[in-house]
Amino acid sequence: MTQKAVRAGYENGTGYLFILPWIIGFTAFTLIPFVALFYFAFTDYDLLSSPGWVGLDNFIRMFTVDEKFLTSLKVTFFYVLTAIPLRLIFALFIAMLLNMKIRFVGLYRTAFYIPSIIGGSVAVAVMWGQLFGLNGAVNGIIGLFTGTSPNTSWIANPDTALWTLILMAVWQFGSPMIIFLAGLKNIPDSYYEAAVVDGANGFHRFVKITLPLLTPVILFNLVMQIIGGFMTFTQGLIITSGGPLDRTLFYQLYVYRQGFEFLDMGYAAALSCFLLLIVAVLTALVFKSSSAWVHYESKG
Amino acid sequence: MMPNTQKNASRLTVHLVCLLIGIVSLYPLVWMVASSLKESSQVFVSAHSLIPTSWDFGSYISGWRGFAGITFGTFFKNTVIIVCSVVAGTLVSCSLIAYGFARIPFRLKGFWFATVMLTLLLPGQIVQIPQYIIFYKIGWVNTFLPLIVPAFFGSAFFIFLLLQFIRTIPYELDEAAKIDGCSRFGIFYRVILPLIKPALVTAAIFEFYWAWDNFFGALIYLGRPQLYTLSVALRLFADPSSGTDWSAMFAMATLSLIPPILVFFIFQRYIVEGISTTGLKG
Repeated sequence: MTQKAVRAGYENGTGYLFILPWIIGFTAFTLIPFVALFYFAFTDYDLLSSPGWVGLDNFIRMFTVDEKFLTSLKVTFFYVLTAIPLRLIFALFIAMLLNMKIRFVGLYRTAFYIPSIIGGSVAVAVMWGQLFGLNGAVNGIIGLFTGTSPNTSWIANPDTALWTLILMAVWQFGSPMIIFLAGLKNIPDSYYEAAVVDGANGFHRFVKITLPLLTPVILFNLVMQIIGGFMTFTQGLIITSGGPLDRTLFYQLYVYRQGFEFLDMGYAAALSCFLLLIVAVLTALVFKSSSAWVHYESKG
Repeated sequence: MMPNTQKNASRLTVHLVCLLIGIVSLYPLVWMVASSLKESSQVFVSAHSLIPTSWDFGSYISGWRGFAGITFGTFFKNTVIIVCSVVAGTLVSCSLIAYGFARIPFRLKGFWFATVMLTLLLPGQIVQIPQYIIFYKIGWVNTFLPLIVPAFFGSAFFIFLLLQFIRTIPYELDEAAKIDGCSRFGIFYRVILPLIKPALVTAAIFEFYWAWDNFFGALIYLGRPQLYTLSVALRLFADPSSGTDWSAMFAMATLSLIPPILVFFIFQRYIVEGISTTGLKG
């Protein structure tokens, strides 16, 4: 604020010149598409003929006749509610191991982090599908230990397909691990030393010191990962194409099908609107609940 | 605090656990590379084995031929063109915008900054349908433009990252440069830009990863094999209906992962620092 007073007056011309790219980009690539999204959601539009206004029909269709919509919603919620907590718990566990001041931390961190940097790629998705396929390495390893390799493909079996993808998400625990590790390093050793003097055991130290002090980091991870989890697409398309029996029909995959395979842009837009609502409500809930469980240290 | 033997035993356990998780983390990748060196007929015979019976680089040659008369050379070239343009565009636009927000007072700044923060929370995938319709209407489908041009107009995430970094630079440096007769752009170019180099490197690395992995955008905008990027090409290459040559598939998948892994090893320090300080998602 003092800077502003000292500098006496705005530099409107220069200021707007610097942020001009943002103003153009925001308008063209976010604001206009955003407004258009709500318009198209109320139309029937196949990209070739002009859009026709259908009122609430798309939304009525979602909740009354479209069973796949509900299926995709269920699949995505199940995936987000299992994969994200598992990934975060695993990441925290590993981060605590690496924080024990052991040797080779750098080496371990590198090994654990590599799956995260390439995990979103098509190459890894294709590989994962073959790893868990009928004759893949996973069945091979099971055969090695039990004598007979299972005669099923993990990705073609409706009961295990989604779990295979959840496992893939947990396998990419690297980036939350590094964020947790940084958070753990910020907790002063003196806290733990004091707790030991008071006779606290390892479990108490974790629950009373580590966890509360990490809650801001956990909150951040939770919000980012939940939003990201709802956008899951590549794995579903490449590894299982939404199957078997729609058990891996992720929401975004369903939007893609409606929009780009059936050219039902109006319906795809309506689906996107509803996804926006879900993500917004969930984010708001997490933030709202945070006052109850997130512990902010007073700066002083 | 703990008796020494007990301490050693617990350290050993930690190392064993770490080693085990390390093996599980890397096994799939090593398996992929090993499979690329196996003969195609051997990939799924004793599939778990990591050592090919005979080292065979033939799959790299047959894989490179690609499909529809287009080699993986083209797919690599397309990917590199898009990724380099996106990274360059992001760095130029975001550093200018971030400087504007960080240092220059102007009317309605709060409002425009709020649009950055809102965009940050809005997942880009939500507006993909209307974006596609717009790009379709202006004839950009089947060109690289929808994938490249938006990067030149700033990305909320990297604007925020660079802004946070610029805020740590003392204002006195700007003032001194101003007294020396530097214009606003001069201050930006001569004073700020050299000082935010670490943040620029971090931004470049993460934008590189996201652009290299970008599958959805390439899938919907690039409809002709001559335009395919690696991710779209690999997907078609692995089409279950066309009797995939799996060792060739794994060979090309391996090649496509070399640049990201190389970047990781060269810039590891920046990546770890970048994630720790900004909470970037890798």
